[in-house]
Amino acid sequence: MSTSLRAAVSPPPTTPVAAQRPPAPPPQAARRDLRAWATRAPLLPALIFLIIVTQLPFVATLVISLFNWNSLYPDDRAFAGLSNYGAVLSDPELRGSVLTTALLTASVVLVSLVLGLALALLLDRKFRGRGVVRTMLIAPFLLVPVAAALLWKHVLYNPEYGLFNGLLTWLGGLLGIDGPAQPDWISEMPLIAVEASLIWQWTPFMMLILLAGLQSRPLDVIEAARIDGAGNWQVFRYLTLPHLRRYLELGALLGSIYIVQNFDAVFTITSGGLGTANLPYTIYETFYRAHEYGLASAAGVLVVIGSIILATFALRVVSSLFSQEVSR
Amino acid sequence: MRSQSRHRTRALLALTVTGGLLLTACAGAGGTGTADGETINVLMVNNPQMTDLQKLTAQHFTKETGIKVNFTVLPENDVRDKISQDFANQAGQYDVATISNYETPIYAKNGWLHALDPYITQDSAYDEQDILTPMRLSLSGEDGKVYAQPFYGESSFLMYRKDVFAKAGLTMPDKPTWKQVAGLAAKADGAEKGMKGICLRGLPGWGEVIAPLTTVVNTFGGTWFNDRWEAQLTAPEFTRATQFYVDLVRKHGESGAAQAGYAECLNNMTQGKTAMWYDATAGAGSLEATKSPVKGKIGYVPAPVEKTDSSGWLYTWAWGMQKASKNPDSAWKFISWAASKEYEALVGKEIGWANVPAGKRASTYDNPDYQKAAKAFYEVTHTAISEADSRNPGVQKRPAPGVQFVGVPEFTDLGTKVSQEISAAIAGRQSVEQALQKSQKLAEKVGKEYQNR
Repeated sequence: MSTSLRAAVSPPPTTPVAAQRPPAPPPQAARRDLRAWATRAPLLPALIFLIIVTQLPFVATLVISLFNWNSLYPDDRAFAGLSNYGAVLSDPELRGSVLTTALLTASVVLVSLVLGLALALLLDRKFRGRGVVRTMLIAPFLLVPVAAALLWKHVLYNPEYGLFNGLLTWLGGLLGIDGPAQPDWISEMPLIAVEASLIWQWTPFMMLILLAGLQSRPLDVIEAARIDGAGNWQVFRYLTLPHLRRYLELGALLGSIYIVQNFDAVFTITSGGLGTANLPYTIYETFYRAHEYGLASAAGVLVVIGSIILATFALRVVSSLFSQEVSR
Repeated sequence: MRSQSRHRTRALLALTVTGGLLLTACAGAGGTGTADGETINVLMVNNPQMTDLQKLTAQHFTKETGIKVNFTVLPENDVRDKISQDFANQAGQYDVATISNYETPIYAKNGWLHALDPYITQDSAYDEQDILTPMRLSLSGEDGKVYAQPFYGESSFLMYRKDVFAKAGLTMPDKPTWKQVAGLAAKADGAEKGMKGICLRGLPGWGEVIAPLTTVVNTFGGTWFNDRWEAQLTAPEFTRATQFYVDLVRKHGESGAAQAGYAECLNNMTQGKTAMWYDATAGAGSLEATKSPVKGKIGYVPAPVEKTDSSGWLYTWAWGMQKASKNPDSAWKFISWAASKEYEALVGKEIGWANVPAGKRASTYDNPDYQKAAKAFYEVTHTAISEADSRNPGVQKRPAPGVQFVGVPEFTDLGTKVSQEISAAIAGRQSVEQALQKSQKLAEKVGKEYQNR
């Protein structure tokens, strides 16, 4: 990861001293080293702590993933090499959950990006009560994921007392239709039901990133374009969108990293049924229901590898944003 | 970087790492009790009956015996996992844990549990004979020894709205068959505005939709496995039972059935959204609670049958003692106190007779105080539990114990995967045949492992 960072960040201007460093460093360099370490030392405990709490468990997971280990058969624990990985990749259910994860992530990210962009463009205008509206729009993102999922399952989707069907009944009453359709939302469109709740949660996140991008637009260029006779659409198409490209990428990547890992919505709304089981849910089931620690660890490692690939791209985008800011 | 400073950083690194390790080691060393038999560690599920126990322990048990009890209380899934980890490694961190009749025989077979027979024979005051036979049997190992003592137990029965039935001119037979129930569900459907005929679970999960469905399968003459471990999910009886269940819930069941579990059905019954509900006997306690709008309006009859005499399931949370426990005597004192008649009377006096951990002792059902608190349902519950036979719940011999589950470690996973197929059939996304064909393949995999053993 650090290598990609270094590759992406433009190299710092090299000092002539460092460029022609002799084999025996002058005392000046030693002092600089000391000073550098003096500034780093206070950060070391945090770094070490981070390594202990994140990397050691990951190493343990790596080791466990090489074992055939079912917790209910304690005597049959055996080294299995890479067979768990083979099992994960050849298991149709796990493959299905990879596809579900991809579908879920892609659709949620794309739709919340489009909605977020629309909302950001609206919020970019000046009007009375803008702060209040912005706060209200951000609210879904601040909700605890499990609470949001419960809210969607019981308050909105429930066919008996949910608000959606209540709304249909009310509309039917207005239009004089007796007994309007009362769809069973989750059973009829399970994946869309899960996606809708996630889109509702993640649109504000995208909106915030894009709003930040919009507010960093160079207004003089836009004014110049207007004087040249460009319409609203042209300004948006040729100036705003290209400027927002990086912010869109950033939103898409950060969103993907988070939504790939989403567990709450699937767990709460459908309990992984009706073909909505994504990777985290399947890993949870492998670990807790099947007690297959080795298999679950192998699947977890594969998800981490996938996430690292995504994260690497995300970091590149972020650092290119910074370098752009710097070059300005 | 220069060697001098590199040394220093190395030293610093080493120091911090060892310091960190020391810290974590200290954290890990906490929580084990003293070995003088004065403190025991108990790991239990966070159900209301257990939290009541936690409240009463210090004031009563510790006062009488001088034994301190450290409780660790967790939700069901976490508790199962933590127990299996601690017991599998025989770490001895917990002396006593709540295990169900699903885990008990499995753990006993793995040699993780302390057989309780020696204590039972010495402890005449405990009155083991008072424990309901099906409970005792379901908590015994294959060797016939008792490995856990029940805390409370439940079966399943049919609950129905007496007032709605009277108004619609329907009569509920004393021992209904499933065919009769289906007929009644069709007639009761729409008896009141927004009321459905029956509520049956459809939520995925081995402890959700699979439990009631398996009791229907049993009484239709089906089974998950025959005694040669051959999977029977596509056999005609299993198919007929599943088709019946799915059709009934799709035609006259609650809407949103594929996401409805115990909690949702309880809600529907309480809110007057359904005329009947087939589920756990524990549901009656909630329906008859003081603030329930349907209190006193519910009738209770045994679980519907077809080919068997009874079809109610059997489930219990029980106290098991870890084999590696360093304080087995104190642990037994705690278990025998928590599972005793005296404790039930204590709960009745201190908290209320409706909150008594019932369903395990015959004497509970002869107690006038309890009879008054549970008058609507105590007899039917008692009969349902007494008639449940975890060794022989259907019409054929079984390779593993269990009424509404198959008592093997693989069942949590198999049951959950099958439940997702059944749930999809209830949602109308695939036919029952498709669901069962996929499920049969999964079950065959498990069966083959046992055939080769």
